[in-house]
Amino acid sequence: MENKKTLNRRTFFKISGAAGGGMVLGFSWLAQGCKQPEEIAKVLEMPSEWYDINAYLKIGDNGVVTIFSQNPEIGQNVKTSMPMIVAEELDIDWENVIVEQAGLNTDKFPRQVAGGSQSIRQGWKALRDAGATARQMLINAAAQQWEVDPSKLTVSKGIIQGPNGQELGYGEVASMAATMEVPTDVPHKKITDFNIIGSDKKNVDLQNIVTGKPLFGIDTKREGMQYASVLRPPAFGQKLVSFDDAEARKVSGVNDVIKFGNKIAVLADATWPAMKAKKLINAEWAVDSTLESTADHDKQLIAKLNTDNTEPFRNDGDVDKAFSEADEIISRVYESPFLPHNCMEPMNFFADVREDKVEMHGPIQTPAWSRSRASKIIDRKEEDIDVTMSRMGGGFGRRLYGDFSDEAAEISSIAKKPIQLIFTREDDMTAGTYRQAIKYKIEASLKDNKITGYKLSEAAINSNMYGLIPNFFPAGAIPNLRISGNKQKSNITTGAWRAPYTNFLAFAEQSFFDEVAEKLGKDEVDLRMELLEIAKPIAESDEKIEYSPARMQGCIKLAAEKAKWGKQAQGTYQGISAYYSHNTHVVEIANVVMEDGQAVVKKVTCAVDCGIVINPDAATNMVTGGIIDGIGHAMYGDLTFDNGVPSAANFDEYRLIRNTEIPEIDVHFVPSTKDPTGLGEPTLPPAGGAIANAIYKATGTRMYKQPFVKEMNVIG
Amino acid sequence: MAQYTLDVNGKSQTVNVDSDTPLLWVLRDSLNLVGTKFGCGIAQCGACTVHIDGIAMRSCSIPVSKVNGPVTTIEGLSENGTHPVQKAWKQHDVPQCGYCQAGQMMTAAAFLKENKNPSEKEICSAMNGNICRCGTYPRINKAVKTASKL
Repeated sequence: MENKKTLNRRTFFKISGAAGGGMVLGFSWLAQGCKQPEEIAKVLEMPSEWYDINAYLKIGDNGVVTIFSQNPEIGQNVKTSMPMIVAEELDIDWENVIVEQAGLNTDKFPRQVAGGSQSIRQGWKALRDAGATARQMLINAAAQQWEVDPSKLTVSKGIIQGPNGQELGYGEVASMAATMEVPTDVPHKKITDFNIIGSDKKNVDLQNIVTGKPLFGIDTKREGMQYASVLRPPAFGQKLVSFDDAEARKVSGVNDVIKFGNKIAVLADATWPAMKAKKLINAEWAVDSTLESTADHDKQLIAKLNTDNTEPFRNDGDVDKAFSEADEIISRVYESPFLPHNCMEPMNFFADVREDKVEMHGPIQTPAWSRSRASKIIDRKEEDIDVTMSRMGGGFGRRLYGDFSDEAAEISSIAKKPIQLIFTREDDMTAGTYRQAIKYKIEASLKDNKITGYKLSEAAINSNMYGLIPNFFPAGAIPNLRISGNKQKSNITTGAWRAPYTNFLAFAEQSFFDEVAEKLGKDEVDLRMELLEIAKPIAESDEKIEYSPARMQGCIKLAAEKAKWGKQAQGTYQGISAYYSHNTHVVEIANVVMEDGQAVVKKVTCAVDCGIVINPDAATNMVTGGIIDGIGHAMYGDLTFDNGVPSAANFDEYRLIRNTEIPEIDVHFVPSTKDPTGLGEPTLPPAGGAIANAIYKATGTRMYKQPFVKEMNVIG
Repeated sequence: MAQYTLDVNGKSQTVNVDSDTPLLWVLRDSLNLVGTKFGCGIAQCGACTVHIDGIAMRSCSIPVSKVNGPVTTIEGLSENGTHPVQKAWKQHDVPQCGYCQAGQMMTAAAFLKENKNPSEKEICSAMNGNICRCGTYPRINKAVKTASKL
């Protein structure tokens, strides 16, 4: 059924009729809203007609509203929080909202990306505009019907009231509203009038998750679909020479074996035969470039750390003078391994490359990039390619890189069949796009009991992370400061990993400042507050400085108060870490006690300033998870390479933090009316420093390398 | 290939697969019960946990030929998400990405049958075999406690 009205502006969704039985878009299980279909049937009577108001929402003739969530959902809960913002401005009862995941449509939606903790921050204004504009159109429609001035009308929870007590529901004016001119510059609600934003709303997919409904990319099924398992070079730096697939083809259910590039895909009727047959391929590999090892990387990176041949990323004052005049210099080196992402849902993607069109579906943080690359790989126009996003079993940056969607498109194009590509866990861990190994050398010059100079040198595999964030703390807090970096090219694929740039840097820096505090004989909280005080006027005059010294001080105060900093009973050791990243200020204080001679992290108290908190209970969940993830990877995360082969391929060899290893987490938000910022990433970076600093107080041992578990074993 | 008849969620199901096919893939690919998730394939992460004869088992590591009891998956835990564990999961809004949660809930449901009033420590230990990469462990533990009282 077509929509009743043809809209006189951009063309909006062609929406199928949805009377009674739930909506049907291209993929039947994408159309799952706040409520599960049975619940909708019970609670919400489905409308007989839908009216497109704008790209973000449509309203049914009975007042039910569907809000499209345009960004990919990786567990950061944007599928709930972004529609909450639209619903707030629309002024509708949340109970009457159905949320649908929108497919990729770059004409309608800006930035359909899950990454950088930017969905809420960058979506905020557009989402408010979408809701507010729609509300005004509905008001204007009612005003026209009643022949009164729109300014005389009020609205509350989807009901418009006229000056004489008349009432019209949104559903009753939706058809007219859909034809109205789109107003501009519609004012937003006052923050004090919010009733959806700032209240706890449950995950819109909750019922479907707890009942095991098909939601994830890996759950995709299509008529005639083949499952594809791909054999890739076992080491980075290798190429395929030849292969024998005779044994693989004997596995029942296997239909084809396809070579593409340096890889071989097995296509089968089901996942198991595809995976089983892949192991039976006898492939010969040859060295293509260099087979790299961690021992070589270590030497190369240390050499780079001590090479001062690059343009600094930031250079304030006269660092050399400060160091030459110092009473004392502290110099420390911090080292990290590679890290795989290890999303619980292994990489996978569906592609159906047909003559008429191309369908791609699955878990991807950057659907537009997938479409663009697929267009080149299979030589088809972008407009012929439909990309839709499934819910994702984790992203953590791995799904920014659509190597798997590229593979799916290529295999389907060769096989001329719909295919579902699926990685084994071993594929996932050994064909990664890893957080690269990084080393930092940090130095400070001290004079007259003050820090006078700060030098940071970064040596990293493939790319210098700090080059992108040189204006974070301590820029502005220390008059003579130089930040520089060198990179070591590698054939190991590397990329963004949760809280890119800072997931390791924050540990290094915040551990270093604790050593500075110790040298200066200062309390760690006091030192940070003093440095931020110095930075305040500089941050006002230097617009490059990204963080807010005042907001960070607010976080430190709140965390210190909640953690009872300096007031712990004997035997509890506290460490603090304060870190701004991804536009959010975070402070974490760890409590460590000694049990049977081992340092045990008992509690982490966290204060966050992310501006307005959209969905507090869900935000607390996200913050808690980020801290646990940060602790887990600082303690245990470790991937090394030997002749191009990763040291771990599955969870028997790679340690992720488990249930019995977590501390109590206590989360607090700084009350704020500032525009909201994101939470997926910024609570991870401070965790490593907070626990390292507490471990030092408990044991007298400083951590300089991740994972800590290795350091602690060495110390014995 | 051979025929196997299984009791899955109270229904008799016959599948035609190789004898070494893990129960996980029989459920997901042959029976279209995709609520049970693939995580590691080597019984390390718990994402694929189901009940066989009421006991929590890793379906990725049990060949279909070795399944010797009725199988319950997340889809069969209750009619419509009304099992106490599912209710508690909803009450605490546990999931982030949600991928591991079916396995977590199946482990919890089997555990609570054995231990009706678990301590916090017993809950952590019982749940330790299930990895949650998002770090929802604190809520998982609270939800298990809540479920024990429902």
